[in-house]
Amino acid sequence: MKKIINVTINNKPCELAVESNQTLADLLRYDFGLTGTKKGCDTGDCGACTVILDGDTVNSCLVLAVQADGSMVETIEGLSNEDGLHPLQKAFVEKGAIQCGFCSPGMIMSAKNLLDKNDNPSDWEIKEGISGNLCRCTGYQKIFEAISSQCSKPNSDINPNINQGGPHGKI
Amino acid sequence: MEKFDIISSRAPRIDTPDKATGKAVFIDDISKPGMLYGALLQSPHAHAKILSIDTSKAEKLEGVKAVITSKDAGSVKYGVSPARYDETVFAIDKVLYVGDEIAAVAAVSLETAQQAVQLIKVEYEILPAVFTVEDALKKEAPQLHENFPNNLCAQVHQEFGNVEEGLKQSDIIKTTTLKNKRQDGACIEMQGCIAEYDVREVLTLITSTQVPHYVQRTVAMVLGLDIGKVRVKKPYLGAGFGIKASANPMELACCILAVKTKKPVKMNYNREQVFMYSRARHQFTHTITTGAKKDGTIIALKHECYLDGGAYTSFGIATVYYTGSLLGGPYKLANMSYDGYRVYNNKPACGAQRGHGAVIARACFEQQLDMIAEEIGMDPMALRIKNMMNTGDTTCNDLNMSSFGMSECIEAVRKGSDWDKKKGNMPKGKGIGMACGFFVSGAGYPIYRSDTFHGTVIVKLTEDGGTALVYTASAEIGQGSDTAFAMIAAETLGIPLENIRLASGDTDMGVDLGAYSSRQTLMTGHATKEAAEHAKQQVLEVLAHKLDIPMEDMDIKKGFIEFKNHIPDFSVLRTRYIKEHRGWTDNPDSEKLTFKEASRIAFLEKGSIVGTGKYKPQLLGGKFKGAAVGTSPAYGCSAQVAQVTVDMETGQVTIDHITDAHDCGKAINMTSVEGQMEGSVSMGIGEAMHEEVIFDDKGRVVNNDLAEYKIVTSMDMPIVNAIVVESNEPNGPYGAKEVGEGAIMPTIPAILNAVYDAAGVRMNELPLTPERVYNAIQVYRKKLSA
Repeated sequence: MKKIINVTINNKPCELAVESNQTLADLLRYDFGLTGTKKGCDTGDCGACTVILDGDTVNSCLVLAVQADGSMVETIEGLSNEDGLHPLQKAFVEKGAIQCGFCSPGMIMSAKNLLDKNDNPSDWEIKEGISGNLCRCTGYQKIFEAISSQCSKPNSDINPNINQGGPHGKI
Repeated sequence: MEKFDIISSRAPRIDTPDKATGKAVFIDDISKPGMLYGALLQSPHAHAKILSIDTSKAEKLEGVKAVITSKDAGSVKYGVSPARYDETVFAIDKVLYVGDEIAAVAAVSLETAQQAVQLIKVEYEILPAVFTVEDALKKEAPQLHENFPNNLCAQVHQEFGNVEEGLKQSDIIKTTTLKNKRQDGACIEMQGCIAEYDVREVLTLITSTQVPHYVQRTVAMVLGLDIGKVRVKKPYLGAGFGIKASANPMELACCILAVKTKKPVKMNYNREQVFMYSRARHQFTHTITTGAKKDGTIIALKHECYLDGGAYTSFGIATVYYTGSLLGGPYKLANMSYDGYRVYNNKPACGAQRGHGAVIARACFEQQLDMIAEEIGMDPMALRIKNMMNTGDTTCNDLNMSSFGMSECIEAVRKGSDWDKKKGNMPKGKGIGMACGFFVSGAGYPIYRSDTFHGTVIVKLTEDGGTALVYTASAEIGQGSDTAFAMIAAETLGIPLENIRLASGDTDMGVDLGAYSSRQTLMTGHATKEAAEHAKQQVLEVLAHKLDIPMEDMDIKKGFIEFKNHIPDFSVLRTRYIKEHRGWTDNPDSEKLTFKEASRIAFLEKGSIVGTGKYKPQLLGGKFKGAAVGTSPAYGCSAQVAQVTVDMETGQVTIDHITDAHDCGKAINMTSVEGQMEGSVSMGIGEAMHEEVIFDDKGRVVNNDLAEYKIVTSMDMPIVNAIVVESNEPNGPYGAKEVGEGAIMPTIPAILNAVYDAAGVRMNELPLTPERVYNAIQVYRKKLSA
């Protein structure tokens, strides 16, 4: 049974018919080709499918497409524009916060939502803000550094410049 | 030391802008016109005979295009090591674990394929199953594999020197045990693949693999195809850690379905299937005895280990050897014995995972070093430095340390952690501990016996001049290899990094053994350097001829031709270049001749400029059985200090801080090296603190999701002070060696030594759950009060 929904995705309004059991993640990936939203579990555990729905992050694999009726959805594809990468995306690239990159779109969406709501989160708030996004590669350190660099007053505790000094020991 | 323009910098990775914007294409982002979807039927039983399989109902379901079983897949055995091929694509008469593949379906939609799988009727005769090493070794235990009595998949017995004599000469002898728990790779991307069989009978498999080359060989062998008709391509990969380092049954089933239907077929594991496939770290049970003199000199090491292997061998032969061989260093040790047993049982097969085979052995041994240091009142760092091998030394099992910054790593973490001030002065419940470790920079030999090059690379200069294309079959799996090779090519050619374009992960581009055993930087790095040198030489040859200047008086730096003596008159070449590029807006007007001009002129003289490079290690290792495992052209080494808090009332351990130093030779990309170090630490913390795959009494994984199987989250991760210690590795390209796996070696023992410092308890089982630590504290308190 299909249902007509109206949803605004990355500022583009659209009307379409969706199956009532289709998830928002699948709608974005397979109907809109917005494959930047990743699926790492399909059960809401990993956070790779994080998008911003009406101003809050959600695991889009746990939201039905019909639940997004009348909503605004922001995905990773909505962040960069013709001027290039969003400052947060740039920070992730420059700080080395991306390795395999599978968790990165979801991670960046969580970080963006955190900064949208609070432009100067504490270290604890940064950790908490991405606690629903699992990363197996980086150990989160460079992700903290990237997010921290985008705070209105960059934190000093979590990013004590420990890794900016280059090699300590020469043999 | 040599000055570099690009190497050792913090250049942003070439793949991450795509990954940050969601443009990077991973396997599940790909679809093909007319694509079918595949699904697997997997065994619900841990051990059973297959009496019959009836696929008729499934075949009749509308939308089903093919149903395959062992009748279609055949009985060709495959696996990782040719010495122990023990898997078939589908179970033929027996299933050996919950998840063993029985059949597969291709259909017009995933739902239809899954529905068809449900319609396949299999009649089983349930057999008794065994799930532990102890049960599998019992006399009355069912035997899983015909030729392997007592379920002994492999055993290793080695002795170097004379251990009994060494122990007799020792003043202090420590014997302890350590048992970890089976890990899961927990890559955030689940495995997937798409196979396509074209009208010219070429099979293309696009798959989430670390090893396109080995998958190509396995597919060709199992399907009976000419290897030249099989192409394997890897899109961006959501990490590997060893779990994706061999062909999996889904890939093979997918290929068979594609050949049968002549349509592209896509298949994916769901998270439950990822846990069923496993191939992650074994459960090891170590018993180690170390003997030392009163002055702290280590004399002998006696080591026994049982590996809980699961239903098949997978990487297990290599694992059981690595477990022993990588205790040969980094300390001077004349007498070492090892008895290793890998045991089959009815659980998913374990394989290789970051720090292959050696992580728990290291965790056990490094604790004993602390126990010895404590007994003789010596600083643990001093004890380690006292026993440390020197650059150029060879271990008793023939591993040569051609560069060796281990003591420098210890000094770096001593300083970085403020060790001298903190050790012995921590308040109650707080502790500090350290450990060392080392790892291969690429296995010395391929998995199959061959004289093959381990990597080949092609560097082609674009015909317009200016851009260098690097083609390699190596595997970017998240570790940053594409960027490392682009940087090596740019440095060697003498051009800016942005003038390099690189394509990788495709068997059509050459031979590369792939991303495992921390081999890419050293091995493919060498081949890249050689290919770039070859291309550069061809450009300079043409210039030498045109300008009548000896080749050795010229070089290329930062995109310009450098002349040793005076800058010659090159106006003829410039005019020719500008005429070639009539109407272009970026005509050169620099004082120096540009690489663009030179490479265009070279093309005009010689046609396309193509440089080729290759690498294989020199002959390595001793002559004894298993001597090949553990050999490598170079070894990376690390030292770490962990600081922890133990809640003495609840047993909760919190890791407060990690100081980590790693000798990676010359760091090609400083940021990437730190990233590997930090990532290794997080995986080590996960294993030390909470990762454990739990089974029920039927052999089913209980915690088969990322909520209940707990990897490290942002909330668990302490600050890591990653200190890069550079040495100059003579066998590495520009002096580089590994960082991807060596960096995990000291994490667990450093934590265990810190827990002892904080709470006075030596833990002999992982993970460090509050319950386990609490119980150990209670035993310790009773002992104190007794």
